[in-house]
Amino acid sequence: MANSESLSVDQICIGEIAPGCRKVDPILIADGVKRQFGGLTAVDVAHVEIPRGLITALIGPNGAGKTTFFNLLTGFDKPNQGNWSFEGQKLAGLSPYKVARLGMIRTFQLTKALSLLTVIENMRLGAQKQPGESFLTALIRPLWIRREKQITDVADTLLKRFKLDAKREDYAASLSGGQRKLLEMARALMSEPKLIMLDEPMAGVNPALTQSLLDHIKDLKSNGTTVLFVEHDMHMVRHISDWVIVMAEGKVVAEGPPSTVMKNQAVIDAYLGAHHDTDLGTMAKPVASRSTKKDDK
Amino acid sequence: MDILKIFTLALGEMLSPTTITFVLCALGLAVHFGFTGLLNFGQAAFAAVGAYGMVISIDTLKLPLFLAVLMGILCAVIFALILGIPTLRLRADYLAIVTIATAEVFRYFMTTIGFSDVTGGSNGLSQFGSEFWALNPIPEGNYNFGFATYRADQLYVLMVGWGAVIIGALILRLLMRSPWGRVLKGIREDEDAVRSLGKNVFFYKLQALIIGGVFASVGGMIFVLNLSNVQPQVWTTNFTFTIWSVLLLGGAATILGPIAGGMIFIALISVTQGLMSGLVELGLLPFLTQPDIAQIRLLLIGLSLMLLVIFRPQGLFGNKKETQFNG
Repeated sequence: MANSESLSVDQICIGEIAPGCRKVDPILIADGVKRQFGGLTAVDVAHVEIPRGLITALIGPNGAGKTTFFNLLTGFDKPNQGNWSFEGQKLAGLSPYKVARLGMIRTFQLTKALSLLTVIENMRLGAQKQPGESFLTALIRPLWIRREKQITDVADTLLKRFKLDAKREDYAASLSGGQRKLLEMARALMSEPKLIMLDEPMAGVNPALTQSLLDHIKDLKSNGTTVLFVEHDMHMVRHISDWVIVMAEGKVVAEGPPSTVMKNQAVIDAYLGAHHDTDLGTMAKPVASRSTKKDDK
Repeated sequence: MDILKIFTLALGEMLSPTTITFVLCALGLAVHFGFTGLLNFGQAAFAAVGAYGMVISIDTLKLPLFLAVLMGILCAVIFALILGIPTLRLRADYLAIVTIATAEVFRYFMTTIGFSDVTGGSNGLSQFGSEFWALNPIPEGNYNFGFATYRADQLYVLMVGWGAVIIGALILRLLMRSPWGRVLKGIREDEDAVRSLGKNVFFYKLQALIIGGVFASVGGMIFVLNLSNVQPQVWTTNFTFTIWSVLLLGGAATILGPIAGGMIFIALISVTQGLMSGLVELGLLPFLTQPDIAQIRLLLIGLSLMLLVIFRPQGLFGNKKETQFNG
């Protein structure tokens, strides 16, 4: 497979590979996280561990609860029950901004570029520990200008890496959908996160940009950042992830390295339905006859 | 009809204490709405709270003027906390509902007979100005500026008022160009994104509400100091909507906008009044009588504001680029 440099399975996982199996060096551990919307159980994860320093993909069919799980882990939604910890620190009940400050930064499925801020201002906003962000020091420029220059340098380097440097002074609203995805990812990196959680980084991105996005995600790993991402694109999952976690109907149904997890019966069932072997030809006929009727008119 | 007189009158109005009050309130609203995206429909109440806070401190608590002004500001801060803490965690519209309701509650509260010992009830209070006027450094006499002649006390109010506007505008400029201002603008665009970057959005919104409220409270204080009386019926929703008009006219996300917007708005009211009254006198508007003018003129101003918001949504002084992308 493409991941020639990836670790062998027993360097990632302890014991047998199974949904919720223990990892050698987990960065994030979730236990019994459950979220119900009325009668619907959107997320019901018994146990899951995210390995440190690797790229983990979270996949599953629509409605599997991937984004809800993301929202719960980052504090944007509150679970009915459950505990989870990031680097040994309990996160349950923490507000999103506190989670982010601990070094666990997320992006959104629907990109949230701050439209009427310029690209560079978007980037600067991502940096942590800015003295100028507190009200009283904001009034006295010399107190924050040095840090401002520092973060501007970091931002410019990142913009260059993400090929957005030409857009530096443009409003984020003028960027294309793919560029906004890049900006959001670059902005998230401003805080030098330990774990970056990308919610469908490829959705709506022009294929020409896909390759550079993939490279950026691989770069993150080589810089020591742990990546957890939600994705539908199986090609991407196979191509860059070291570990895959599969969710269906709110539960983790399978885990494993990308090469083996795709062959797992539970995954095939979750994606294609348990009856995918059944011939659909009988269903196609009434559809065809309906369309011919339309043509007659 | 004396055209020159109409325009010199308008010029005088542009600098009047009423304009100062509108400008300060609109600057505060710019912090709320223009920079942070908070929908505050109770700016009149912030002005009223500041005004009453100061007046009652002088009248009942017998505090010196300086401390009374600080009390007025403190009252606005507390008012912002009371409004903000329960609502700022919710969606923007809740703040709008709560502020408009609270503003009315406050006004009725000040009118209530039960508290009239302290608040003066519907008659308001008027015995508090002596220390303010005693501080007037300008020698007695009349001062002619060509377009208007001011008495020393009038000049004094204008000096204090426009001084406050200039200091306030400079502080806002510093704030909005700082990383702090950047966080506010980020919240205006998408608060979840800002949250995901590790900023305490609720706290920033509360700070913005307080600062905008303090601006309004200073505006309210200047308004009542100039008149030497404070009355509850001034601080109606009409007052709030006038401030919104001023803000939208000038440009919501600017600092110059609310200042120029306030002056232009007042000048427009004055000029239309003068012109229409002159035309009616000359018999050129046979279907109108003098008393109609006050209504018609507001109607025309309302119409022109609608056109402005449709065709120039960023306001007169807003950045055109900022409204190009609405999608």
